[in-house]
Amino acid sequence: MATYAHPEVLVSTAWVADHGKDANVRVVEIDVDTKAYDEGHVPGAIAWAWNTQLCDTVVRDILPKDKFEALMTQSGIGADTTVVLYGDNNNWFAAWAFWQMKMYGHKDVRIMDGGRKKWLSEGRDLDTQPSTASPASTAYQASGPDYSIRAFLAQVHQAEKSNGAILIDVRSPQEFTGEILAPPGLPETCQRGGHIPGAHSVPWGKACNEDGTFKSLEDLQKLYGAEGVSESTPVIAYCRIGERSSHTWFVLKYLLGVRNVQNYDGSWTEWGNLVGAPVEKGVARQAVRA
Amino acid sequence: MKPENYTERKLEIAGWQVNLTVYQLGEKWHAKADNVSPGASLARVVADTREDAEQRALARAEELLSRTRRHAV
Repeated sequence: MATYAHPEVLVSTAWVADHGKDANVRVVEIDVDTKAYDEGHVPGAIAWAWNTQLCDTVVRDILPKDKFEALMTQSGIGADTTVVLYGDNNNWFAAWAFWQMKMYGHKDVRIMDGGRKKWLSEGRDLDTQPSTASPASTAYQASGPDYSIRAFLAQVHQAEKSNGAILIDVRSPQEFTGEILAPPGLPETCQRGGHIPGAHSVPWGKACNEDGTFKSLEDLQKLYGAEGVSESTPVIAYCRIGERSSHTWFVLKYLLGVRNVQNYDGSWTEWGNLVGAPVEKGVARQAVRA
Repeated sequence: MKPENYTERKLEIAGWQVNLTVYQLGEKWHAKADNVSPGASLARVVADTREDAEQRALARAEELLSRTRRHAV
């Protein structure tokens, strides 16, 4: 079986069981459901809350650089630390954290393949008491932010007008068509349903196996190749708030090796609320043509 | 502590596919209901018995899912 473009960014649950407490390794759980960690977590893992610790809590934005640096320092993370991220929902917010860590230049970040789901299903040890990290002895210094991996509204508008990048909508098919305005069971968070004109519909979960691990390189090439994605194609991924699309961004950039791929974290909560933004409803144009 | 008796099953509630995950941790049973697509968490319950945990997670999932509006496309 062919290997991923960057296999070094993935570790198995077995690897984490063996190395999770190594001196230079810091394991971090980031869940959609921020209470899940308290039920039980990988021994030694600390937790980050996506909604308070991985974003600016005043302005809608990623974590500001100084706060990112403070979080790393408090978490005992230095420039050379191997950071292993995992979480629920097949690593949605682990991928979100990975994306931000890369934006701020952390060298060695990895994702535990299969996330929390696989760890639980394998019956591996859990700690029920919160783990604490000793702060790093020297303050963390980030670089960047490297916005080459982040798409802003103006870039997405440009891509939509000029077909300058393949837009991949990773939400569910019903969100894509406009049948629903948020995932089933969650509050509606936009004024209009549908998708960015010309976007391709590739729900994020298609990149995963039933056990939560990522699909093989061959399967991923087939999945995204059918949408015209190659290593040299510019791609912008989006969803509702940018976490599901960070999962797809990770798959495209690190598993498939797409060189120019950006996560549009404004996503549908930005586009679907904009006055005058073009919206397309129904299935994708490519599906209609086929 | 190790999770035991881990199971997952899919079922339909209020017209939506739901994935129900259940496992035992020590004396307690944990149940979690997610919508299958896109996979967002709907309910998580801890209870003394498997039946109670499942029932309460599914009841909460049904309450949330039944509120979801479908729009004409």
